Amino acid sequence: MTEKVESTKKVKIPRHEMPCQEPEVRARNFEEVALGYSEETAIEEAKRCLQCKNPKCIAGCPVSVLIPDFIKKIAEGDFQEAGNVLKIKNSLPAVCGRVCPQENQCESKCILGIKGESVAIGRLERFAADYGMKAGKSEFEKPEPSGKRVAIIGAGPAGLACAGDLAKAGHAVTVFEALHVAGGVLMYGIPQFRLPKEIVQTEIDNLKEMGVEILTNQVVGKITSVDELLENGYDAAFIGTGAGLPYFMDIPGENLNGVYSANEFLTRTNLMKGYKFPDYATPVKVGKNVAVLGAGNVAMDSARTALRLGAENVYIIYRRSRDEMPARKEELEHAEEEGIQFRLLTNPVAIEGDERGWVKSLTCLRYELGEPDASGRRSPIAIKGSEFEIPMDTVVVAIGQGPNPLVTTSTPGLELNKRGNIVADPETLMTSKPGVFAGGDIVTGAATVILAMGAGKKAAAGIDNYLKGK
Amino acid sequence: MYHVVKKRLLATGIALLEVNAPAVAAKVEPGQFVIVRLDELSERIPLTVMDFDREKGTITIVVQDVGYSSAIITRMNEGDEFQDFVGPLGVASEVENYGTVVCIGGGLGIAPVHPIARALKEAGNHVISVLGSRSADLLILEDEMRAASSEVVIATNDGSKGVKGFVTDGLAEVLAQGHQVKAIWAIGPMIMMKAVVDYTRSLGIKTIVSMNPIMVDGTGMCGACRISVGNETKFACVDGPEFDGHLVDFDLAMKRLAFYKDEENQAKARLECDCGKEGGHH
Ligand SMILES: Cc1cc2nc3c(=O)[nH]c(=O)nc-3n(C[C@H](O)[C@H](O)[C@H](O)COP(=O)(O)OP(=O)(O)OC[C@H]3O[C@@H](n4cnc5c(N)ncnc54)[C@H](O)[C@@H]3O)c2cc1C
Ligand SMILES: Cc1cc2nc3c(=O)[nH]c(=O)nc-3n(C[C@H](O)[C@H](O)[C@H](O)COP(=O)(O)OP(=O)(O)OC[C@H]3O[C@@H](n4cnc5c(N)ncnc54)[C@H](O)[C@@H]3O)c2cc1C
Ligand code: FES
Repeated sequence: MTEKVESTKKVKIPRHEMPCQEPEVRARNFEEVALGYSEETAIEEAKRCLQCKNPKCIAGCPVSVLIPDFIKKIAEGDFQEAGNVLKIKNSLPAVCGRVCPQENQCESKCILGIKGESVAIGRLERFAADYGMKAGKSEFEKPEPSGKRVAIIGAGPAGLACAGDLAKAGHAVTVFEALHVAGGVLMYGIPQFRLPKEIVQTEIDNLKEMGVEILTNQVVGKITSVDELLENGYDAAFIGTGAGLPYFMDIPGENLNGVYSANEFLTRTNLMKGYKFPDYATPVKVGKNVAVLGAGNVAMDSARTALRLGAENVYIIYRRSRDEMPARKEELEHAEEEGIQFRLLTNPVAIEGDERGWVKSLTCLRYELGEPDASGRRSPIAIKGSEFEIPMDTVVVAIGQGPNPLVTTSTPGLELNKRGNIVADPETLMTSKPGVFAGGDIVTGAATVILAMGAGKKAAAGIDNYLKGK
Repeated sequence: MYHVVKKRLLATGIALLEVNAPAVAAKVEPGQFVIVRLDELSERIPLTVMDFDREKGTITIVVQDVGYSSAIITRMNEGDEFQDFVGPLGVASEVENYGTVVCIGGGLGIAPVHPIARALKEAGNHVISVLGSRSADLLILEDEMRAASSEVVIATNDGSKGVKGFVTDGLAEVLAQGHQVKAIWAIGPMIMMKAVVDYTRSLGIKTIVSMNPIMVDGTGMCGACRISVGNETKFACVDGPEFDGHLVDFDLAMKRLAFYKDEENQAKARLECDCGKEGGHH
């Protein structure tokens, strides 16, 4: 059969749906929403793959996962091997299979997607990675020790990926993490119902097994500094401190009780397990009506969390239109199914409070789409006199995060750009300071897990090279 | 690792704990704080450093039983461990030789003001400490403060010791003696700090306060600790905790402390109902 004929046939087979908890049920619990493919479904879905000779999907993946190869293994029923193939390029496949924006990456390039629906690469990635995880750890052969030590600052996906590759190369690695658990946003930000914390913990335990030392409760910039680490026996350092500084809108009323940054709201819920209050001692509070300002992944996570904490009406308030919402498609769909209400072309201008200092309502302005601007996007324009007030009890500000300055301001000689992100060489990820590398959100600004992980791996290669030359 | 090496009850519901934390002790400076977490189920609780011993590798904290978590901490004993102990956090006090300075500690606020007074004295200042409490039996750390200061003035609300009245009355007495006070540190309940800055504003004396809003991470990541200083939002955990008291919006800060009143009462009720049980808190 020629490729052409085969593709015409396969394009007719619909993509296999992801089994999920029913929207009415899941909107009130913190269990994972998507349940994962069964072995039969995974094989069926894998068989849809055309195994293109010149696979475009790989080019769409920021870390060039060997997509057709791992899918072929699933189609053959060799799930364990599929997981191994994934791991060649991706240190965190069980995480990426769940949170990557596949529709803009690998799946957007899939040939099947031109005439029909692309292969569900993300769902298959999750399937193979979960299988590998359940089957137990793959054997890790301890490499010859290089005698070199590397300090990693921040235990998010960037730092963890960097640590893993460096350990494989035989370097002694210590990770310094400010919080009481490793994992970064994967632990404190992304909710349990989208990324179970047990999965992240398994990846971290695997790293420890490989000999990576992870020290929690270490705020670099306070208890030690990058310079001190280099003076005290570390031959190189990697900074992966992420984009952890919450932005506020700078509108009146943002300091009222009932207003949260998304970071605080999600940290209380995920990291501190506020959804299990009072068994866990950290409270998190939502009222009947909750507004989430913003429309990215962080906003969707906040809105869906608010619903699960018992809110009756949860609104996403966004200045632009639906097409511009930056969240992953699946998150948007899930949010909508669960009953999140979208107030688009709407922008908050003030939060009103009562005399006791609590949120009472939100004043918004309506927008309309104007002429396309230089970028071709129709930018929103405020409609004069369109102010209106919505009663509100809780407001979550999810309009973005910037770089936390604790490390950058305590490291003299580190070049930053005007937004405060670290400047690093695009090939080696070395900073302006010799022996100091950086990657992930602290370099790019808030981005994605896969990009952060890819940066960690790239920096590990850069560090390995640097240490060989030392 | 972070075990209590020494415990002392200072007054009813107020405990002093010396905790083994060598790396923190090596770096901490007066004015900084730590965040502790007792176990998996616990909150992250910010506590100011009352003392530190770099050689022994210990940090001393003073905790007052005001609610669920603090009650559990005050009941800890020697040998008990904190699961997490993070620090030093926040910006250190600006210690230099100003000349004559006043260090005001109200109630529990005497603990955080202690290392600041000592450092200011070591820097060559004439340090007059004003200590306040409701009554003589609730006054803590008097000996330590006497050792850390050049002079000590005590004010109790009921007059059972020293001046009868508030710390502002103690401060008035100091100023009446004609001291040329160059700077004041005032640490204590919000309402006390507000009273002090309202008093010193017209006198034009620089007054530093230490803010204790509700916190979570203590690294600038969540914004729970935001306060308004000179009409600008600041994160107390990384920009402070010390601020120019004349610029702080205390009314807002006090309202924000009530964010979790309902939940705090719920937790407290729980603590009381399983008090009899082993361990008390789970
Ligand atoms: C709520 C939310 C949802 C998201 N959803 C998605 C999604 O669906 N898909 C996707 O691809 N991406 C998503 N992202 C983005 C993604 O999580 C980030 O791009 C990614 O985690 C960045 O990784 P990182 O390693 O650079 O930084 P982080 O994950 O931020 O980790 C940085 C780590 O460094 C630590 N640190 C910071 N300062 C210090 C210090 N001074 N000393 C020691 N340690 C320090 C931090 O505590 C943290 O653990 C989401 C982000 C958020 C907040
Ligand atoms: C930088 C900083 C330094 C601090 N230093 C000390 C210290 O040295 N010793 C000490 O005993 N306490 C200190 N605190 C206060 C201490 O953190 C709180 O008392 C504690 O978190 C209360 O927890 P809880 O569960 O016992 O009480 P909750 O039941 O949560 O609260 C009981 C009462 O305490 C108030 N409260 C809650 N959180 C705080 C808070 N963060 N600060 C002040 N009041 C609060 C509430 O408004 C409520 O009225 C400090 C706080 C900060 C932010
Ligand atoms: S406590 Fe989270 S930013 Fe200050």
